Amino acid sequence: MSRAFARILVCLAFCAPAAAQDVKKEIERYRQMVNDGSPAELFELEGEALWKKPQGPKQVSLEKCDLGLGPGVLKGAYAALPRYFKDADRVMDLETRLLHCMVNLQGRSREEATKRVFGNADRPSEMESLSAYVAAQSRGMKMAPGESHPKEKAAYELGKALYFQRAGSWDFACTSCHGEEGRRIRLQELPVLLNPANARSVAASWPAYRISTSGFVTMQWRMNNCYQQMRMPEPAFGSDATVALIQFITVTGKGEVYRGPGNKR
Amino acid sequence: MAGPMKMRAMLAGGNTEVRVLMTHPMTTAQSGQPLHFIQNVTVKLNGRAVIEAEVSQAVSRNPVFSFRLKGGAKGDKVEVAWLDNKGESNKIETAVA
Repeated sequence: MSRAFARILVCLAFCAPAAAQDVKKEIERYRQMVNDGSPAELFELEGEALWKKPQGPKQVSLEKCDLGLGPGVLKGAYAALPRYFKDADRVMDLETRLLHCMVNLQGRSREEATKRVFGNADRPSEMESLSAYVAAQSRGMKMAPGESHPKEKAAYELGKALYFQRAGSWDFACTSCHGEEGRRIRLQELPVLLNPANARSVAASWPAYRISTSGFVTMQWRMNNCYQQMRMPEPAFGSDATVALIQFITVTGKGEVYRGPGNKR
Repeated sequence: MAGPMKMRAMLAGGNTEVRVLMTHPMTTAQSGQPLHFIQNVTVKLNGRAVIEAEVSQAVSRNPVFSFRLKGGAKGDKVEVAWLDNKGESNKIETAVA
């Protein structure tokens, strides 16, 4: 066997994984470079203004909105979501709870408040800016979603079941993409969210500013967009299904120190 | 009306490290929309211009700039202002921490 041939054999065995490692390292380096100084902070400023702005038929602000730790308490509220809310008798994530406050506190109709929950670069949505503002108040705190109430447990189980549920014209489930370690779409890794290590970094970094689209993206958007990519019917904003998936991911990733809202690719 | 700006200026090893965030669409010629981008960025330290930068369309939307100023002391005033091709502008001032 020629030496060159032997080298090719060695290369076949080792070079491809090494290249993948390099790519991963380079992506990590890029992430670190853009880590400091995220335009997410600009969304936080907008969100703060919206939080304090009187709106709706009742012309009140969201400052008395109870995100789980008491009316108006923002510090650490995001890190303790999703959770069960007695007044609504259901588990809610941040956006679902914000919508609840818009309806119940500000007197707005659900239709009006959900008319445009996902924005774009030219016109971000109210929900996106508010999510940035609230989530930022949990920086440095451990993610500890509610998991003791029976409905919180049920939401986790439902989310886990939905993660595996194949449906739609392509017969896709979350696991079709996020079910096997090492899969990517282009350079974007597809984390297997059953693995706590992967779920932890997701729980700790969403919502976030997305550099490629210059917009702010939220967890409800992520669920909505994944369903769209799976060619399934669009889930309703803040539905039990999307909340359950967020509950499942966050509980799986609990314990990680929240470091968002930052940048995503 | 121009969207918010945010700035941080900190002493680090005898220099002042400044990081500033700007809200701007930075629309390029390729987008098919009217050109709209920041052309000039001016940095002042205690009222004296220390950087006069020309910015091109190649800079991203909602740009982030980081730079280091020689020297500086706690409480010094850093001002960053931008001017775009439509004549719109915005500025922010902060004290060095």
